[in-house]
Amino acid sequence: MSELAAPVPAARRRRPLLRFAARRVAAAIATLFVVSILVFAGTEVLPGDAASAVLGKTATPDQLAEMQHLMGLDRPAPTRYLDWLGGLLTGDLGNSASGFAQGGTTPIWGQIKGKIGNSLTLAAITTLLMIPLSLLFGVLAAVHAGRPVDHAVSIASVAIISLPEFIIGSLLILLFFAWLDVLPPVSLIPPGDSPLGHSKALVLPVLTLLGASLAASIRMVRAGMIEALRTDYVQMARLNGFRERVVVWRYALRNALAPSVQVFAQNVQYLVGGIVVTEYLFNYPGLGKELVDAVAIRDVREVQSVAILVAAVYIGLNILADLLVVLLVPKLRTQE
Amino acid sequence: MSPPLVVRVEGLRVELGSGAPIVEEVSLEVHAGEVLGLVGESGSGKTTVALALLGYARPGCRITAGAVQVDGEGLTGRGEAALRSLRGRLVSYVPQDPGSALNPSLRVGAAIGDMVRAHAPGRNPGEAAFEALARVHLPGDRAFARRFPHQLSGGQQQRVTIATALVCEPPAVVMDEPTTGLDVVTQAHILEEVDRLRAESGLAVVYVSHDLAVVASIADRIAVMYAGRVVEEGPAAEILARPRHPYTRGLIASIPDHVVPRRLHGIPGVATGVGDRPRGCAFATRCLQRVARCDEEMPELEPASAGHLVRCFEWARTPALSLEEPVGTRHTSPGTEPLLAVEGLTAVHSSRAGTVVAAEDVSFALAPGECVALVGESGSGKTTIARCVAGLHVPAAGRIFLDGKPLAPKARARTREERRRVQIVFQNPYDSLNPRHRVGDSISRPARILRGLDRREAEAEVAALLGRVRLPAALATRFPGELSVGERQRVAIARALAAAPDLVVCDEITSALDVSVQAAVLELLAELRAELGLSLLFISHDLGVVASVADRVLVLERGIVCEEGPVGELLAAPAHEYTRRLVAAAPRLPEPVPTGGMS
Amino acid sequence: MTERLRFARTRTGAVGLALLLLVVGIALFGPFFAPNAPDAPIGIPLTGPAGDAPLGTDFLGRDVLSRVLWGGRSVLGLAGLATLLAYVGGATVGLVAGHARSLLDPVLMRGADVLLSFPALLFLLVLVTGVGASKATLVIGVAVVQAPLVARIVRAATLEQSVRGFVEAAVARGERASAILRREILPNIAAPIAADAPLRFTYSIILVASVNFLGLGLQPPAADWALIISENRSGFVLNPWVIFVPAALIALLTISANLVGDSIARTLGVSVGGRGRT
Repeated sequence: MSELAAPVPAARRRRPLLRFAARRVAAAIATLFVVSILVFAGTEVLPGDAASAVLGKTATPDQLAEMQHLMGLDRPAPTRYLDWLGGLLTGDLGNSASGFAQGGTTPIWGQIKGKIGNSLTLAAITTLLMIPLSLLFGVLAAVHAGRPVDHAVSIASVAIISLPEFIIGSLLILLFFAWLDVLPPVSLIPPGDSPLGHSKALVLPVLTLLGASLAASIRMVRAGMIEALRTDYVQMARLNGFRERVVVWRYALRNALAPSVQVFAQNVQYLVGGIVVTEYLFNYPGLGKELVDAVAIRDVREVQSVAILVAAVYIGLNILADLLVVLLVPKLRTQE
Repeated sequence: MSPPLVVRVEGLRVELGSGAPIVEEVSLEVHAGEVLGLVGESGSGKTTVALALLGYARPGCRITAGAVQVDGEGLTGRGEAALRSLRGRLVSYVPQDPGSALNPSLRVGAAIGDMVRAHAPGRNPGEAAFEALARVHLPGDRAFARRFPHQLSGGQQQRVTIATALVCEPPAVVMDEPTTGLDVVTQAHILEEVDRLRAESGLAVVYVSHDLAVVASIADRIAVMYAGRVVEEGPAAEILARPRHPYTRGLIASIPDHVVPRRLHGIPGVATGVGDRPRGCAFATRCLQRVARCDEEMPELEPASAGHLVRCFEWARTPALSLEEPVGTRHTSPGTEPLLAVEGLTAVHSSRAGTVVAAEDVSFALAPGECVALVGESGSGKTTIARCVAGLHVPAAGRIFLDGKPLAPKARARTREERRRVQIVFQNPYDSLNPRHRVGDSISRPARILRGLDRREAEAEVAALLGRVRLPAALATRFPGELSVGERQRVAIARALAAAPDLVVCDEITSALDVSVQAAVLELLAELRAELGLSLLFISHDLGVVASVADRVLVLERGIVCEEGPVGELLAAPAHEYTRRLVAAAPRLPEPVPTGGMS
Repeated sequence: MTERLRFARTRTGAVGLALLLLVVGIALFGPFFAPNAPDAPIGIPLTGPAGDAPLGTDFLGRDVLSRVLWGGRSVLGLAGLATLLAYVGGATVGLVAGHARSLLDPVLMRGADVLLSFPALLFLLVLVTGVGASKATLVIGVAVVQAPLVARIVRAATLEQSVRGFVEAAVARGERASAILRREILPNIAAPIAADAPLRFTYSIILVASVNFLGLGLQPPAADWALIISENRSGFVLNPWVIFVPAALIALLTISANLVGDSIARTLGVSVGGRGRT
């Protein structure tokens, strides 16, 4: 009876999951470290430029040297890098160049902390709408694959997925502001206010972000679902005489969920990029708008710090998605 | 009193969307407690019939005519809702590949419970699952019911699907190649289990398989399918001893036997595909007793004797089975310098997950002109050894000698002459030829690279080699996609021969082929050995195949040689316990009954 | 060759190809038909369509039609060049990593992972901060962002082919690695590459246009579809055409390129993975 002697799985299964998480976090920290070197090297290849950007082209060499000293640009690059990294690790993101331009020191953290919340609000609302909607439309298209419902969903999503956010946003503004005049073209939210209190200002930015990410997720949920509906175990469920509802949800979707989670994570990551463009388009007071402004005046330290923050969130989401997938797939969950 | 009729199929026809029939005019009957073996090669339509027994047609297909009745209830011409309540309750299905037919995210108990909830709402799904598991000799407890499919062995998975099929006590069950993909020992256990269950509960079983030897061990009656039709049907013993249809006879003559090795005779030609079946008998093009009428009209099933039906105009002319001994196996005379010597070979597979030892301290020698077989189940390391010999896998330890000179581990590091002398043919015919190269280019490449032939010489060589593997020379300009599986494998052999090798390593080269095609390829190998004095290192999991081609055999168990010797002696009297288990479990046709007077 | 063009006979393929050719035609040959200079004011800013300015004027009083006719070359040229560079770099890395499978593979692929662990647009913004906004920054930046994606696809396809019998047969007869890549592997990975290329191109357009829209790529007074939208954002109400026409052209370009990619993938039977966005 050799086939009866299959190994009995270990009852404890918390440990492998924890170990997996620990491994992923360690790898993420290493990646972030490499990213920080790249960001630093990428932004400071032209030393002194930041100071002249602050002072303008009319500055005398003396003024320039003084500003460089003030901003710490006269020290060697490795020292500056370690200073910055040390600051990051202790929660100090440095001072912004716009502060230097006004003759004082303005901590970057103070300048961006309110905006982080605004951006997170935008991302969270979009995500909360995207997940159920993409599951709904993706499953709907897959179950009716090859029929009109599927064609409509598929063609619409191919079209929308191809559009840059600023095109979707511009077209929405044309429609809802220039033509219908029901929604504002810019999101005027006074500093300190929660965007949730200005719901009209949120509609178009959310719709813009939703359009891009929803189309991508629907496509992938549909593909995953169609694959799952073709498996042997779905045919087996039909041969066992199970109801179609059971077949679709308990047999197909349950197994299509894990790949979908990865798609969602990927799309939330794309949101990080899409938010920059969307906030700029709508003048939405978030981190993305702040970043574009910083790049425009070449505020090196602020760009570096914001970039690392965003990269950390981005990598963190990735780990979260991987853990969710492991939790959703019994084979991954129960194996070493 | 004969047991009641449970399954009745009448004039079944299943079509593709285009209207081309996949199966037609299929009529079958199965009584309670009876096993009907439904046999056919790939493309014969046997799985289509199996699914139609549950009123199911795969996407793109439709049941367009005929009736299926189980226990008096019709399964054709009903709506989906009605069918749903009958499937699983009246007739259930045991799939071919349990690993992919079990929902990977459902625990075993929940999977069985789903069946109970769907068809026996009054019962407690948990309790029913425990009982069902115990019935197929699995632990009927909570711990086992909480396992996921991936935590089970292949045999256990198949027992779970059988438990699921039987939990609602259906009077009939359809088993579609339930043991294909399992190792022979596990297969034997599953077959015992099926036999016991049908005896215990008077089940009517339709057992579908491509393997006549497996069916012979379990079926009471056998129906043989060819190109969508039943061509012969009758009591199992009668069919196996006195086949009346030339196809059935050819099939039996193709089946190798590991206990009584015999010379195999393949069926020439290729089966016609769905959509280009002829007006007349579909087997006519491959038939040796064909007459003019065979091309004109389709023969009807007619009785050859009581309960024995055959679809052939000329069935009375079908010769009796005559099973020959193979040409005497070669015994190498001692003192001959071996062509290939493998000494202390150890090979490992390393991956991120860890290191697995595939072969450990394996040594053997192969004399010129000899065929040595490496036999073992999957994971026994036989393919890794073959790849080491071909220079595709670097051994962890040990050496390989060709004519007494050590071979470099990597093919690139070997001399051109060494690479020419050792050639390899792979298992998967779909993978072994580059789909973007014409057949002629694939064959001529080794001749040009390894023998230095120029373009014109190589072209002439291609024509000669195609003839050598019994293929028309016109095939040279075709692409692999236009070839049948058997043709591809012949081209792969021709490509190996193009190097004019001394040793050909054959890695499971027939395992993807139907038996009748396998027999033809094995015949070809025997002829090539005789004509060219080739030596073969033959890798196989099939004892019967090995018995019919090899001179000597090495039995591998988890990378270690557990027994070796001349093939006839070793299989007739295995000494090692593992070999004994393999030999006992391998299915074979019943001993041929001497026939006489019938024809 | 007929096999490669089969996509054009599907409905989406034909529609996509026709639209793509139309927009590319406008971008390439538009300047020959421009009635006015793209950077000279011809009237009052932000007036609606009138006789000599069929699409009205922009925020500096320049002819919108002429600017739009001039403004496609930059999008197409920069995105096309970036895609090409991404393919040359990414495909080389992917082929080598996929076939060599030795030390090189993990090193190259970890490098790709690090690049991909960073949002594409953020990468471009950091680059612009460091070296300043220019065409070269844009092209090289987009190519660097895309190359790892190309490398992954090529590597996966190469790995899949490397274990097939005909490749192993070539290894066993001692063919050189370059001959194996060229003769045995490349012809068989052409399909996934062909299906991927239009999608990569779409993504390049999205990235190039987005950076230009943010004002961090091409600088005024350049005529560029994305830049036109960006600089006239406050003129939505006065002259909607200045936003609508360039937006519609970019949309047509990306949608049609994506449709072509989609139908190539379908006819070649390749499944297309997720596509990166900004």
